[in-house]
Order: sequence, then C-alpha cells, then structure tokens
Amino acid sequence: MSDIVLDIQDLTISLPKGADRPSAVTGMNLTLRAGEVTCLIGESGSGKSLAARAVLGLLPAPRVRVTSGRILFEGQNLATIAPRDMAKIRGARIGMIFQEPMTALNPLHRIGRQIEEVFRIHTTLGRAERRARVVKLLADVHLPDPEKIARSYPHQLSGGQRQRAMIAMALALEPKLLIADEPTTALDVTTQAQILHLIHELQREHGTAVLFITHDFGVVADIADQVAVLQKGVLVESGPRDAVLNEPQHPYTKALLAAVPRLVVPDRPATEPGLVVLEAIDVAKSYAARGLFVRGRATRALDHVSVQLHRGETLGLVGESGSGKSTLARAMTRLLGIDSGDIILEGEAITHLAPRAMRPHRRRIQMVFQDPYASLDPRQRVADIIAEGPIIHGVAAKEAQARARRLLGLVGLDPSAADRYPHEFSGGQRQRIGIARALALEPDVLVADEPVSALDVSVQAQVLDLLADIKAKLGISMLFVTHDLRVALLICDRIAVMRHGSIVEIGPAAQIFSAPSHPYTKALFDAVPGAAWSAHMPVPAE
Amino acid sequence: MRRWRYFGYRLLLAVPVIFGILVLNFFLIRLAPGDAASVLAGESGAATPEYTELLRQKFGLDRPMPEQFIAYITAALRFDLGFSFRNDSPVLDLILERLGPTLLLMSTAFTMALALGTLLGLLAAVARNTWRDAAISVATLICYATPGFWLGLMLIVVFSLTLGWLPTSGFENIAEGYEGWERVQDIALHLVMPAMALGLFYLALYTRVMRASMLEQTGMDYVVTARAKGQTETRIMFGHMLRNAFLPVLTMAGVQAGNLIGGSIVVETVFGWPGVGTLAFTALQSRDLNLLLGIFFISACIVVAINLIVELLYVLLDPRIQA
Repeated sequence: MSDIVLDIQDLTISLPKGADRPSAVTGMNLTLRAGEVTCLIGESGSGKSLAARAVLGLLPAPRVRVTSGRILFEGQNLATIAPRDMAKIRGARIGMIFQEPMTALNPLHRIGRQIEEVFRIHTTLGRAERRARVVKLLADVHLPDPEKIARSYPHQLSGGQRQRAMIAMALALEPKLLIADEPTTALDVTTQAQILHLIHELQREHGTAVLFITHDFGVVADIADQVAVLQKGVLVESGPRDAVLNEPQHPYTKALLAAVPRLVVPDRPATEPGLVVLEAIDVAKSYAARGLFVRGRATRALDHVSVQLHRGETLGLVGESGSGKSTLARAMTRLLGIDSGDIILEGEAITHLAPRAMRPHRRRIQMVFQDPYASLDPRQRVADIIAEGPIIHGVAAKEAQARARRLLGLVGLDPSAADRYPHEFSGGQRQRIGIARALALEPDVLVADEPVSALDVSVQAQVLDLLADIKAKLGISMLFVTHDLRVALLICDRIAVMRHGSIVEIGPAAQIFSAPSHPYTKALFDAVPGAAWSAHMPVPAE
Repeated sequence: MRRWRYFGYRLLLAVPVIFGILVLNFFLIRLAPGDAASVLAGESGAATPEYTELLRQKFGLDRPMPEQFIAYITAALRFDLGFSFRNDSPVLDLILERLGPTLLLMSTAFTMALALGTLLGLLAAVARNTWRDAAISVATLICYATPGFWLGLMLIVVFSLTLGWLPTSGFENIAEGYEGWERVQDIALHLVMPAMALGLFYLALYTRVMRASMLEQTGMDYVVTARAKGQTETRIMFGHMLRNAFLPVLTMAGVQAGNLIGGSIVVETVFGWPGVGTLAFTALQSRDLNLLLGIFFISACIVVAINLIVELLYVLLDPRIQA
C-alpha cells in the first residue's frame, strides 16, 4: 500500500545485562498509515517509549540498541541508517513531542529561538522569514499573542502552553510522521482534552501519521484510529480502535481494560453519615512572595473553605493542579499552617495547638502520599518503617513489630516483607507499605493525597480495592485527594470539586456525576479522556 | 529594566552586610589580648607603664569602647580607615598602594581557573571514560591535593632555579626601568607563577564540577528534544548544554571568590608579591590594629563586590532568576 508511512518489521531492542529481561522490545511489527493515529499502549516498563525512540535513533546507545529488525521510512531503514542521514530526517521528516513540557524545552532560550532552530538546521530561509514562520506556527497551535510567546522563556508559560509550543516545533516542517510520547500525561485533564483535540486537528489537516504512546485507555478512545498493545516488550494485540476496545482478544488486553476505572458510580450501599470527625471552618491560606523591601503579590491557595468529614465516609477532593486540594488536605492534618479559620478534630479545635500539644492528635490523622518511591525511608527495613509511629506513641518495640507484620498481611503483602528494604518492592507494593504505615497508628482519619496517580492502571485498581476494603473493615474516615474524576467516583461517597482555592460544588458522588450543577464540574466531566466511550462501555465479563 | 531593578535591590542589600562587617571587625579584633601600644612599647625596650599609657592616650586607646567604636564607624563612613602608627602613614593609602597587584593576581587566577576549568570539564565530559578523561581526572586530583604554598615553591624550583624561564619573585624588575608595553610584559612574566599557585586548586575544583554538570545535562529532556530536531552533537553541546552546565560552576565560583583573598596571603608571601596579602601578614605580626581592620574591611568589600558581579552574571545567564 502506498500510504504506509512507517513500517516496523520484527524490531528487537536489547537491554544491557542485569535488566529484568534481555530485550525491551521483542519482534515487534507495526505499520503506520498517513492520516492515522496509532496508539501504542502499555504499562510502565512495557518498552513502548523505547520503541518510539528507536524510530528516531534516540535510544541511549550503546547500552540499549536495536539488535534486529527493520524500521522502514520513506524507503530507508532507520535501524541501520548513518547518523548524518538520520539527523536530516529528525525534525524535518519526523517530529517528536515528549511527556514533560517542563523539561523538554531549554530553560535558557526563548521559545521563538528554539522553534527557529528547526528552520536554521533544515532550511536556508532568511532571518525575517524564519521569524514570520515561527509566529505563524505559534498561531496555528492556538497560542494567544504568538509574538509575545515567541519572546517568552519556557518558565513564563503554563504546562499546556509549553506543550503547544512543543507541538509547533515538532510540526514546523510538516513532517510525515509525528511521534508523541505520553504528551498529555503531565497535564491537567481540561488541558489534556485541548491538546488531544489540537493534535487531532493538525494531524487531520496535514495528513500526518501519528505514533501516540500512552498508558491511558481513555486517551486511546479519544484519539486513536489504530491500537497496538505492548506487554513486556511483546506486541500482544493490534487492530482498529473499536475492535480492540470493545472486543479485546488477548487476555492481557482484557485485564487492562477491566482495570480502567469507569466514569460511572459503582453500586454500593450508601454509608450512613456518622458524626463529624474532622472539620475545616472558613480556612484561608495564601502564599506571599515577600522580600526584605519588595512585597510580591500573594497567591491565594485556600479562599475561606469550609468542609466536614463524617465518620466512616470517604470524601473526595477533586480539582486540577493549583486548585488547592492538596493544600486543604495538608491544612486539615495541620501539616501546614493556615492564616485564618479553624480545624476541628472531634469537637476539639486543633488549629493553634503547640507542637507538643498537637503530638497526641497526630496519631489520629495519618497520610498516604503520592510518590511511593520518595515517601519511604530507603535505609529502613519495612518493619521498622511501619513500627516507628507506634513506638513514638509509646507502644513497646516488640508489640509494634508484631503489629507491623499483621498489618502487612492486611494490606496483602507477605509478612516476610517485613525484613526487606523498600527498594526491593514495586510501586504498587510500596504504596501498600505506605498504607500499612498509616494504619499502624490506628488513625480515625486517613488522608490519601493522590495515592494511585503514580501507578499503572492494573495496580491502581488493586490499591483502590484495598483502600475501600480497609475503610469498610476498620470504619475509618478518608479524605481522598485526586485529579482523576474516574477514581473519585469509584471510591468516594461524597465529592468536593475545587477550583482556585474554593469548593465550587460538593455533594454525594452519584449526584455530582449525574447532575453536576456548577459549569466547572461539567467541564471537568467533559474533559475526562474517553468519557463517551467509558459511559457506553460494557463491563467485561470476568 | 527589571534586571537592573533586581541588581539595584541586591546592591541595596549589600549596605547592611558591609555595616555588619564593620561592627564585627571592630569587636573581634579587640578580643585578642594586647594592643598596639603594648607591642610598640615592648619593642622600644624601655617599656615603663607610664610610657605605654602615654602611647595609649596618643592613639586614643584609653577611651571607653563605645566611644572608640563610634569614632571608628563615623571615620569609616568617610573612607577614613585611620592611621597606621607603625608605618607612619594613613591606612587607606597603604592599602590602595598594595590593592592593585592583589586585584591583578586574584582576577588573573580567578579568570584562569574559571575559563580553563570550564573548558577542561567540558573536554572530560565529552571524552567520558577515555584516556583523556582519565588524564584530566588525575591532573585535577593532584592540583586538588597540593597545598598552594608548596606548589608555589616547587614552581620556583622548576621554572626559575632550574630552567630559568621565569623570575623567582616580585612584581616587576624595577632595576631595568621598563616603560609601556615592555613593563606590561615584565609584570605578566612575574604574574605567571603566583597566579598558577593561587588558581590551580580552583581550576581543579571547577573542572570536576563542570564535568559532573555536563554529564547531568546529557540526560536532560531538552537535549533529546534538540537531537529530535536534527541538531548536530557539537551544536547541542555548545548551543544548549554549555550554558546550562555552567550555572552550577558559577554558583560555586561566587561562593569561593572570598577564599581567594585568604589564599593570596600565603601565595604573596611565597612570591614576595607586593600586595595586600603581605601587608596583612606584617600587620598581623606587629599588631597594627588599624591597618588590620582596614585590610579586613577592604577585603570584605571586595568579596561583596565579587558576589554582586556573580549575581549579575547569573541574572544575565539564567532568565528564570527574577526579583
């Protein structure tokens, strides 16, 4: 067929000795056609990013390299092409965008200069012409005031704006192929929807073939024409989007799809609202940029927020980055000082307690953090990590250690894990350890700050199950911070939607879902990737 | 515009710092036992208590501490750093006379360390894990571990005494009475060894920092982006990575600029360099308090000035830094 842009044949990428498997990608076959978006989906470590980088010859050679197979593009085999010829293709015939718009641009160069660089490398255009093209490109990706953006440095733009600039740069010379490596993963959900829309629009306009790397089936549902599923370096299933999403053939695809949180409220018995355990009354917090002589503008992180957490309920704090959801959670645990307002724990104001007076209350509110890699002390054994809290609060060391082992059983880990160190565990297992640590103090309130957002979907589902299970078993209350509405619906009884430091809407999960009253809540639901697909998706039979 | 305001703001911040230095200097030096009067009296051989007391009165050392302090501060604000009775001339004149050679020595050593260190670090990073990298690493380690005065003496032994290429000491060859360009050349020849003795340690340090910093930048996303644009490796290195990698080196250099003054005392003594360092050394030995205070004050001002320059450079190099 003549419209084939990229033909990957039997591609194998080897990993250095000592890696968990001999090759990152094994015998992969994939064909990309002009005007189509092909999504390569897989969990972390599946080799999807390396496969994409192999196309552009960006593997971290010589440790990781293509050992066999061909990558055919415009009659050339990119797997064996000379570096000099490869450089001519990069940026001109194949463009690429990356996951982290924060770091993918040189922080010291202006946006305009970085885009202009593409023209300087590949064309003989004059200075004025290059400048004009840059401004036009920035306008094409719908950036406001392109002249000003061109003069800006990366740190002066938002994440979404930077990603638009990256797209402008990748598409500068109208390449035949665009490789997008998780381009929306680091963005807020409404920004993600806009960027997906933009990629779709530009790709249709120019007939570009797109290789889109993602881990999110919602994104696949929104943007893909073709889907290829990668499991530990092996392509297990590929085909048109609807076929793969609605009638998956391979057990791995089925399992992945089953783990995707649906945009529905699961049937579950309504919890009887108990007494108020933890309450924030009119809490305000702002961050002022202040110097000795200069007074900066204050950023209002919490704008007089009041919220109540009842015994035995899970309250979700949902919002985009900068909405104040994490700030509120931290303020309610008194990990963060507040400017005004009150925090009440079971009828007692803890707002102004001195550190010493606060200490006995600390036990009653425990946190689970987002990053399972950074939140456990790497030099302590798991048993010591879990037992440390109880020992501080006066439990005998022996008793605390025994309790730690019981807790490991409760969170679904083998008690033998107690004698090992955190680095020996996977992300999901570490998050279980984190939960066990929080539970060791027998808290009344568990505050979970994005506890699953760093995890793969299948692991995410397991950890969410565990949290729901523990809540039911122990009857504790949970404050659940998340940016993901799907996750919030799955686990929360009530949801508070936050924006600009205020709660714009609060109510039972079912009501927020079926009848959102605030326009922002509606916008959030609309922006959830794969919203339409998710709603109609039949729940696969187990 | 904004940059200059930021710079002005930093300049303003320097004022309390310098005042703090003045205060600290005054009290620290009075903590030491004995004063100029007792030293002078002791040397004169006939040190009756009456004579010492007379000297104290003459120097104003008998007045209460607060009064001395206020007198010192008000004088300092008028750039009057007092009178050195030992040298029989105003402190400021003594220091200004010696400041030129020291600034020349320091700036040469500093510039050489920064420029060569950056270059060597870059070379080592590019040739990572080859013999060139290893050679640079060994050389830096040696420079790193060698004390400045010993290095100075060895340089004299090799280049002056054995090879006879460079003069052993001094600032210039006064006897020849050189003028104009010839004088510049003469001073430059005299400068080579002191500058090396003073700067090699820092050169080694900056080489190591630059190498590590370059290697860190290699893995950054923006480097991959530049590669994905089709940019050549050389251009990526000089156009993108160099400036990013240089920032940590500059930070370190700014912090350490002050150490150069301390180092120059030793090096100037070894090479008979007529600078502030040797002046400080003799002032210390003879308890010439006024002179010592003046030197401390001036060198503190130099450190503050160097830090301001580094700040300015930083603002120019890194657009993320703002007021």
